[in-house]
Amino acid sequence: MAGKFAVEMQDVLKQFITPEGGILSAVDQVTMQIKDGEFFSLLGPSGCGKTTSLRMIAGFELPTAGSILIHGKEMSQVPAHLRPVNTVFQQYALFPHMTVEQNIGFGLEMKGVGKAERSKRVSEALEMVRLPGMEMRRAKQLSGGQQQRIALARALVNKPEVLLLDEPLGALDLKLRKEMQLELKTLQREVGITFIYVTHDQEEALTMSDRIAVMNKGKVLQIGLPEEIYERPADKFVADFIGETNFLDGVVKGQNGKVVEIELTGTGMIRVESSRTFTSGQQVSVAVRPEKLRLNSEIHDGNSINGRVEDVIYIGTDTQYGVRFAGGQKARVREQNLTQAQKIIAKSGEEVAVSFTRTSPRILTG
Amino acid sequence: MLKFFRRNKGWQLTGLISPGALWILVFFNLPLLIMLFISFVERGRAGGIKIPPVYTIENYRLFFNSCASAFASPDCSPFLYLGIFGHSVRIGLVVTILCIIVGYPLAYFMAKQKQVWRDALMVLVMLPFWTNFLVRTYALKSVLATEGLLNSFLTNLHLIAQPLDLLFNEFAVVLGLIYGYLPFAILPMYTSIEKFDYSLMEAAADLGASPIKAFLRVMLPMTLPGVVAALVLVFVPVVGAFITPDIMGGGKVEMIGTLINRQFGVARNWPFGSAMSLILMMLVLIGVIFYFRSSTEETRRGL
Repeated sequence: MAGKFAVEMQDVLKQFITPEGGILSAVDQVTMQIKDGEFFSLLGPSGCGKTTSLRMIAGFELPTAGSILIHGKEMSQVPAHLRPVNTVFQQYALFPHMTVEQNIGFGLEMKGVGKAERSKRVSEALEMVRLPGMEMRRAKQLSGGQQQRIALARALVNKPEVLLLDEPLGALDLKLRKEMQLELKTLQREVGITFIYVTHDQEEALTMSDRIAVMNKGKVLQIGLPEEIYERPADKFVADFIGETNFLDGVVKGQNGKVVEIELTGTGMIRVESSRTFTSGQQVSVAVRPEKLRLNSEIHDGNSINGRVEDVIYIGTDTQYGVRFAGGQKARVREQNLTQAQKIIAKSGEEVAVSFTRTSPRILTG
Repeated sequence: MLKFFRRNKGWQLTGLISPGALWILVFFNLPLLIMLFISFVERGRAGGIKIPPVYTIENYRLFFNSCASAFASPDCSPFLYLGIFGHSVRIGLVVTILCIIVGYPLAYFMAKQKQVWRDALMVLVMLPFWTNFLVRTYALKSVLATEGLLNSFLTNLHLIAQPLDLLFNEFAVVLGLIYGYLPFAILPMYTSIEKFDYSLMEAAADLGASPIKAFLRVMLPMTLPGVVAALVLVFVPVVGAFITPDIMGGGKVEMIGTLINRQFGVARNWPFGSAMSLILMMLVLIGVIFYFRSSTEETRRGL
């Protein structure tokens, strides 16, 4: 394979004319490099431009400006049927008038692969997605999960340079989705093909991806490893979109090396470690995950804020506490239910101390 | 009385069906039976049939051997009527195929528009139905006539020196029939194309199919029920058409419809006309059976 990037997008812009006659930038100056053999996810809410980006890589949409390279070759104006990529569609888009065998063999047939070779590779592909012997069935006779696997086999049988997946698990029920997530990840490692995976489900993205690009309003906000995105979100949107986050507003009072002193509005002083520098008087938002907050437990060299429990929600593995601090700011605390006795730490209305380490929050500006 | 129907589901159904069934029986099936009867008797002198009826199969024989007539000249060709029949089928096929070739892209174009435009285009397609068929055909005739719109337009532009012979030939008949029956082709194809899921075309392109291959392998097979419906809806009336070949062909283009029409008019041979009508019906029936066969085939495929 030429080059170390499977796909490169350079300042890609895609504009649509809205029905009102305005111009909408669905994808706005997107630049990203997807490495060869990587499981790369495009994550964001609906309308963020992730699907449009994928469709431009597939060739269903042509960019208004910018370039798209697949293994170093300029592809942005090449029609879809001449690109070395294959897609797994959200609604599978299996051909209803064809058998499973004809569906999976379609791409090979278009390439001019002979009948014998084709049927051998089709049955191999069916083995791979664990649906052997399904050749003569019709798409409509299959369950959603089976259709999903057939769609996957239909794309992978062509051995594409890049496999594009547009929310392929969206239509499946939760249990099946979880199964398929792991299966897809395993499959990707086995075949070694670059996967570009579009999803709005942050948990799915974190579970499966080598790297994630978080998008909103046509722009890429952050590209990074799942733990980077989760632990060090670039901004408030990313912090809020990936997992649950508490935002506590405050003002920077001073900085001593790595330790930043922040006065939380109406609550009190906390100390947070950060490698960045802040100026005194700067308005900031302190983002901290619910599972990093503790109730009524001492943390050495940590922070502690007093508040009152407003609600208690038992959710099996965890119990969630809504705590209101003096000054009106609120946070959710998530305590794991390790033992039976630990199930309820505080009742609604009780005074509690919420503590957290200096390293767990992230200071966000703007 | 009402209680009886309420209690008895079977009678309830019978009660609901009977007005329609009676209508079909009296006004469709009975005339057909009369026609069947007439086709097997000898003709009367001034039209009608000989009273008391004399049974015969001569009328059918005459169709397959036109020299079987008592008035046949010694040098007559025995396949006169069969020839006209074949000619009608040929015109029918040409018109049907042209209607489908012209109608499919039009139906596709319509289906691709926004809802408002689709409705407007649909009205435009249906508009000719609101005008009398005869008037429409005469209007087309006046366009094609020697001194007609098209010829005077072309001569005034000096594009042609002599007016073209556009009327009273097969071309005029085919054009007139396409003009009259195109909407019957567009509507069923439009319905099929509108239901078609275009993401399948993207899937085909994604798998390496060029636009033409994607159309032939995916879109056409999936919209085939509409095409078959169009085929039947155009072919059946066109084969039996008699007004259009009469007006546009000016008596020079003989079709089975004009021939049958003449038997009940100037030729005063009702039995022969009835026999030919029934033969035509058999052909149409074969067409309809073909249609149902292919449509159930599609249902079986789960389309």
